Amino acid sequence: MIRWFKVGVFLGCLGPLARLAWKAYAGNLGANPIEVITHSTGDWTLIFLLITLAITPLRKLTGQLWLIRYRRMLGLFAFFYVVLHFLTYIWLDKFFDLHEMLADVAKRRFITVGFTGFVLLIPLAITSTTGWIRRLGGKRWNQLHRLIYATAIAGVIHYIWLVKADLRKPLEYATVLGVLLAYRLVVWAGPKIQSAPILPRRRAEASEG
Amino acid sequence: MIVPQLFWVSEPAMQLFPLAGVLSSTALGQSSGVDCPYIVQGTVFMLIKKAADIASSEITPKSLYLNRRTFLAGTALAGAAALAGVGLRNLLSPATAVEAKAAINGLQKSSFSTSEKVTPYKDVTNYNNYYEFSTDKYEPAGLAKDFKTTPWKVTIDGLVSEKQVLDVDAILKMAAPEERIYRHRCVEGWSIVVPWVGFSLSELIKRAQPLGKAKFVEFTTLYDPKQMPGQRVPVLEWPYVEGLRLDEAMHPLALLCFGMYRETLPNQDGAPLRIVVPWKYGFKSAKAIVRIRFTDSQPVNTWNKSAPNEYGFYSNVNPNVDHPRWSQGKERRLGEFTKRPTLMFNGYDQVASLYSGMDLKKNF
Repeated sequence: MIRWFKVGVFLGCLGPLARLAWKAYAGNLGANPIEVITHSTGDWTLIFLLITLAITPLRKLTGQLWLIRYRRMLGLFAFFYVVLHFLTYIWLDKFFDLHEMLADVAKRRFITVGFTGFVLLIPLAITSTTGWIRRLGGKRWNQLHRLIYATAIAGVIHYIWLVKADLRKPLEYATVLGVLLAYRLVVWAGPKIQSAPILPRRRAEASEG
Repeated sequence: MIVPQLFWVSEPAMQLFPLAGVLSSTALGQSSGVDCPYIVQGTVFMLIKKAADIASSEITPKSLYLNRRTFLAGTALAGAAALAGVGLRNLLSPATAVEAKAAINGLQKSSFSTSEKVTPYKDVTNYNNYYEFSTDKYEPAGLAKDFKTTPWKVTIDGLVSEKQVLDVDAILKMAAPEERIYRHRCVEGWSIVVPWVGFSLSELIKRAQPLGKAKFVEFTTLYDPKQMPGQRVPVLEWPYVEGLRLDEAMHPLALLCFGMYRETLPNQDGAPLRIVVPWKYGFKSAKAIVRIRFTDSQPVNTWNKSAPNEYGFYSNVNPNVDHPRWSQGKERRLGEFTKRPTLMFNGYDQVASLYSGMDLKKNF
């Protein structure tokens, strides 16, 4: 049952790609198909990054511990879509002109930041296996994989810097990311906040009573 | 569980939350915002096909058609005459309601036309940068469907000998319509070839009688958030304003446009009246114009106001001046796989003399 569910999630994650492929096959990608492919793969990269980042908060808030089993797969799908996004750019936009690509990366800040986010995700994809977790040890592995925060922030900035005037969509991503990161901040700062004011609060309560 | 309430409508982001949604058909079927439904595309295609299938007996004879044109011209003339007297014109304008996308006959050919392959109609009418309707290029086609283009008045004022308020039909009768097949290059790096219909903007400017001190001309797009949903969002400062130097506007290439593909303009392409300035990036070619104002100081165009370092007043197509965020060296002609080099002035070298002695890197 659980295995089938996992297969289902896997296939579901391929859905956006299948949909693109189907539209391309049906000649339904509109006037500027390459732009649609670029934007769609970029969108889904961000969505999968955010889903991946949502796993831990969801797991902790709902107590659904099984969710963790899907995090690696979802993270790898974020990587999968960013690879497609990058391939679309290097192939269909730059036609493998490496010189032009490097000029872009150096000159255009939205590409610089997007490319950085992509590069930072590569070691995470490589070390996503159980073998690598063992080799690095849980603590170091965890530290390394905090890079996903940087990637997600870079991805959202990439989008914000790309749009011409209408910031609504990138800001939606930024909002969701903000919430997911704020959760971590709260958890990280949480115990300190709790332990400090305990005494004064008790005193206040007592005096009220 | 806390998150969903914290942000506003986003299809892609909404798909985040129900984890199961990844599996559900909605996730597969819902548009991610970039890929869009092609509602209009099919219709348009059928329209074209139908036109070819129409029996010749069903086509309105040209003489009748021309009669109708004369009638319309008459109405317009009457309208113009009534300008001073008021009243009558208002009575007539409801009668001038023309059905959307009427054929325009008797088009003159233009030596300015390119022989390059014309971009398919369905692309030019379903991929529109028209922020008054939406910032998504695939949406104006649907959102502009019920846009009202009649009656339509254009105010001509500023540094002119006399302010005029003209009905668009009167403007259309100022000169013989020509078909001008122009390259059209968007600042975003894509381009199309469009068979526009119109006549040189100079025809109108001559009749507007600008004063000697007029050096610029400013075009204002309709502001009507009820009809133009994009204007309900402050992504740009509304109404949209564009401008040209007077000598640029007087150049015969600058087109006052009211049709394309031998028909009246579709709403999403700027009906009922727009300009087309083929040697400049597309955003310089203002759509749905309601005001033409002559000034002695350089107009502040909307995109320039929005991002002064990215969009200049001149915005001539120039492969040597990059947009700060992307190269302008190449472009993708819609329908083509590879990119082609972008040409100086979009290939319209005849305008070069307008800018002799100017630093086009500075005056981008």
